Amino acid sequence: MPEANIVLKNCGVIDPARLDSYLAEGGFEALEKASGAMTPAEVVAEVKASGLRGRGGAGFPVGLKWGFTRQAPAEIKYVICNADEGEVGTFKDRYILEGDPFGLIEAMAIAGYAVGAGRGFIYLRAEYHFLKDKLAGAITQAKEKGLLGGFEIEIYEGAGAYVCGEEMALMESLEGKRGEVRYKPPFPPSRGLWGQPTVINNVETLMSIPRIIKNGAGWFTAIGTEKSKGSKVFSVSGDVGKPGVYELEMGSPLRELVEDLAQAQDTKAVQMGGATGRLLPGAMLDTSLDFENVLGAGSVIVYNSSRDMVDIVHRNLEFLAEESCGKCAPCREGTQLMVVVFKRILAGKAKERDIEFLKELATTMSLTSLCGLGQAAPSTLLDSLSHFEDAYRARMKDIAGAVT
Amino acid sequence: MNMTAKIREIGKQGRGREELLAVLREARESYGCLTPEVIVELAAGLDLPVGEVYGVATFYSFLSTRPKGRNNIRICKSIPCFLKDSQIIIDTVAEAIDIQPGETTADNRFSFELTNCIGACDKAPAMMVNHRVYGGLTPAEIARILAEHK
Ligand SMILES: Cc1cc2nc3c(=O)[nH]c(=O)nc-3n(C[C@H](O)[C@H](O)[C@H](O)COP(=O)(O)O)c2cc1C
Ligand code: SF4
Ligand code: FES
Repeated sequence: MPEANIVLKNCGVIDPARLDSYLAEGGFEALEKASGAMTPAEVVAEVKASGLRGRGGAGFPVGLKWGFTRQAPAEIKYVICNADEGEVGTFKDRYILEGDPFGLIEAMAIAGYAVGAGRGFIYLRAEYHFLKDKLAGAITQAKEKGLLGGFEIEIYEGAGAYVCGEEMALMESLEGKRGEVRYKPPFPPSRGLWGQPTVINNVETLMSIPRIIKNGAGWFTAIGTEKSKGSKVFSVSGDVGKPGVYELEMGSPLRELVEDLAQAQDTKAVQMGGATGRLLPGAMLDTSLDFENVLGAGSVIVYNSSRDMVDIVHRNLEFLAEESCGKCAPCREGTQLMVVVFKRILAGKAKERDIEFLKELATTMSLTSLCGLGQAAPSTLLDSLSHFEDAYRARMKDIAGAVT
Repeated sequence: MNMTAKIREIGKQGRGREELLAVLREARESYGCLTPEVIVELAAGLDLPVGEVYGVATFYSFLSTRPKGRNNIRICKSIPCFLKDSQIIIDTVAEAIDIQPGETTADNRFSFELTNCIGACDKAPAMMVNHRVYGGLTPAEIARILAEHK
């Protein structure tokens, strides 16, 4: 399948500092159509019909989320764009914000109209401070031209914490608190920011909205697979000739992304979805990229045959142990424990029962952690145990009977 | 308006919590670090419990309760940068300014720490100096980049 050009349509085409260049590409026509010719309920219905699902990792249907928020009885509602992009190996939202800030603003205004929110926030990770003025400039230009129709957009800068990408932690942070995950329910569409109904969507998710409104849900559903409509933007890094951002139609083979586009050779494994994602062996490169198979938030880290998977998983676990927010015990203690056991493996001191312990711990964490970080923290570990057992064997070979 | 006056104004309007992160970031940049004295003063001005301000100040990696130099170097240690030999960059910086990660130079010019992915993996290995991101680093470039920061 050829590269898709939906979300990234304007990146590299428009001048991101000039509103008129966005307008020349048909910018703000979707917002005009939505607020002029459609009722808010019709906008929500159109998004529902498009089958669009969240691109921030969880894949929740966007129309459903918007519908709940629209129906929630409250005077004040909010729209949040999640631009925290902290997952290891992701930079696609940065690329979008750099290349098409107006598209995001238009999308947020459409969301505001659809759910009845008057105010929106872009939660921008601290590491992307250099984008703040550019985004603020885009908001000012759109506002001065009267294009936002009273919808207010503010930029809120994070202060360095991966977990703040999790929606509940993000809202805590936006309220000026420690970024600790909240207990759910209630979910954001009923009680989100400052207790008000809130729509929160990833940058990339929002970018499909103006295209859907302009071209219709039918156009969008013709692209992709049965359960994954539209395109996906990937950030490819690691052992590849051409690291970068690529957009593909949903359902494209992983091989096309890593070999044809990013020019990987001699691929041993691909980590999909970052630290909490999946580890696929090179033999699985024909897997298709969609919610039915493997997707994640779009982080694609490629490892060639020179890499030791035990090393990789160790670094992965260290990342999670550092970034756990500490609110719930299974994740706070579990991520630390996994690192301790891994140090034994690295030192060649591990025994078979350590591996059994890791597996048990993984089950406990997946079942009892409060948020996705703890629930998915063991996933690369478990994948490495099933696909790269040899790498562990090599580290444990000194001990008689260590691996059965 | 100076900072103290601004903080009192925010406190009086009851927007202390909403503005807390922004205030802490600004305070960290002007005072170099969020000492207990600074935290107590901010809490009083913003009309928030000291424990809450301290709790927030210690949660985020861009805030710091320990002294930092005028320029803060953050080198990415996450996997995509690691695959592109970030260790050589870490070693080069450590040698150039003669301190280890977590330390500050005696002349207070640089602090140096390791950080998780900064979203520049397409340009790995990458680092930040203050708010600026540098990618595609080679040991040869380190001296030039450090010279940019007085
Ligand atoms: C630990 C953790 C980190 C997350 N980080 C991000 C992030 O950086 N950006 C993002 O859009 N979603 C992130 N998410 C997912 C959000 O919680 C949420 O599902 C998303 O913002 C919803 O938007 P979407 O439906 O458009 O994907 C994270 C989730 C978890 C558990
Ligand atoms: S799973 Fe981890 S990150 Fe999530 S709430 Fe629990 S401690 Fe925090
Ligand atoms: S891993 Fe270093 S910038 Fe992402």
